[in-house]
Amino acid sequence: MSAGATTLARMSTLSRDEVARVAALARIDLSDAEVDRLAGELDVIVESIARVNTLDLADVPATSHPLPMTNVFRDDVPTPPLPVAAVLAAAPASEDGKFAVPQILGEE
Amino acid sequence: MATKLVAYDDAVKRYDPVLGIEVHVELGTKTKMFCAAEVSFGADPNTQTTPVSLGLPGALPVVNGKGVEYAIRIGLALNCSIAETCRFARKNYFYPDVPKNFQTSQYDEPIAYDGWLDVELEDGEIFRVEIERAHMEEDAGKNTHVGGADGRIQGADYSLVDYNRAGIPLVEIVTKPIEGAGDRAPEVARKYVETLRDIFRALDVSEARMERGNVRADVNVSLRPTPQSPLGTRTETKNVNSFRSVERAVRFEIGRQAAVLDAGEKVVQETRHFHEEDGTTSAGRIKSDADDYRYFPEPDLVPVAPSRAWVEEIRAALPELPAARRRRLLGEWGFTDVEMRDVINAGAIDLIEATVAAGATPAGARKWWMGELARRANADEVSLEALSVTPAQIASLESLIADGKINDKLARQVLDGVLAGEGDPAEVVADRGLEVVSDDGPLLAAIDAALTAQPDIVEKIRSGNLGPIGAIIGSVMKATKGQADAKRVRELVLERIG
Repeated sequence: MSAGATTLARMSTLSRDEVARVAALARIDLSDAEVDRLAGELDVIVESIARVNTLDLADVPATSHPLPMTNVFRDDVPTPPLPVAAVLAAAPASEDGKFAVPQILGEE
Repeated sequence: MATKLVAYDDAVKRYDPVLGIEVHVELGTKTKMFCAAEVSFGADPNTQTTPVSLGLPGALPVVNGKGVEYAIRIGLALNCSIAETCRFARKNYFYPDVPKNFQTSQYDEPIAYDGWLDVELEDGEIFRVEIERAHMEEDAGKNTHVGGADGRIQGADYSLVDYNRAGIPLVEIVTKPIEGAGDRAPEVARKYVETLRDIFRALDVSEARMERGNVRADVNVSLRPTPQSPLGTRTETKNVNSFRSVERAVRFEIGRQAAVLDAGEKVVQETRHFHEEDGTTSAGRIKSDADDYRYFPEPDLVPVAPSRAWVEEIRAALPELPAARRRRLLGEWGFTDVEMRDVINAGAIDLIEATVAAGATPAGARKWWMGELARRANADEVSLEALSVTPAQIASLESLIADGKINDKLARQVLDGVLAGEGDPAEVVADRGLEVVSDDGPLLAAIDAALTAQPDIVEKIRSGNLGPIGAIIGSVMKATKGQADAKRVRELVLERIG
């Protein structure tokens, strides 16, 4: 029995629908099998966080960021931009110096 | 199909409108918010990008300190608290103008919060708008749609993207629900955005040019039966980009939502598009799953923790804000409250101040900008600022009059020349030969001709009846094509008749 199946057997609290929804929001195309596997794997993470939540952390300041640094600023001084040719070299298609992209559905 | 509307007056009698306004302002920094690509208006497409603003793999952002300073300036001017510490967040969505597939923004920790702004309405009443927050974020690129009708996205074959704008620093200012405006809600909305624009300019954080999209407003409107009722369902009209449009969009939504409610239906929570050509709005996207932006803290940027010393330094250096400046100028210029309000509503305050600075009297400057120039701007349907005449030219026009070189009538002809691009007033006077005839020789010739032609009037004047002298002066003015100084003509006529 694989690790994934073991996890699944514990009855995931994260539903397949939720995994499929998050995948769709992130534009990740998952097969049914992948949804099953990820539901289990993500569930481990969710459970771990849930365990942290059971601790009394009243005295622990919230962590906004893992690095102990603040205010890393840059001066407002321009540096040379990328040459347009280099910029558009990364574009599958371009026209008039602009990136050409497929028909956009939805709204502006 | 025409949208059903309730007449505005009727709608606001039976429903209480509540607004919420989100204003985005593009900051006037030299470089973008998270990379050092230069920012300037009108550059060729994709000539102002770096790996960061293109979202290339591995590129790491660094915060523009000036952008943070400008955001704090805005927060302080809006009477906000400035966060002791705050962070950036990723707002995830997929759209070609956002190359990273997320916009770097702020979510739960904005840099400024809990402020207010006093907005002066047209009749001088002050309306206080509570500010929920002001946060830092970045602008998106610009899409151009190819094919289909009118460059609209609907029916387009494909789109072109320019990333020059992607990454330009923005501050988004969000109000708390604006309640109690009643039938003045559209005016409050317009004046609020106008007041913000004036503040951005005074703070020197943005050119704040509406027509360039430096300032953009999203306008939320909802109706409820009475001010005591719970808030109704709101719609959000996006990207309303002129003051007038803000007012019209609110007005239209009030009439439209009233009709929906009158019919016993529910207002749909959705984004709406404003149509400049007829002042209407139309349904856009219904709020849905796609609005789940999966915000999370931006791991590539460290928190911003402005020291209190820095905040106080910025506060101390804040320039005079528009409301204080108006009060000061009112005193200096000696206008009445009504005159001052007219000047403000006409958008002439900067022009008059500059004209006075160039040497004109306040009354003289006001006379031109609120009179002849306002008429011409109105006739051409442009703003006063758009007229091709500078405050300095108006000041020199005034001084030509004061020196007796030209009279009011000639001054208008000189103005014609200036507006037609013929140069400064003095040049126009010289080129068009508009100077007042001050040499008595030609004047006397014209006066004698007029006296000879109208002997009956001469008799009346001689017998002490000065009333008809205007007819003689008129003839002389006509003969000299208006280039005579009427006062001098009068003196000479009296001398002549003796």
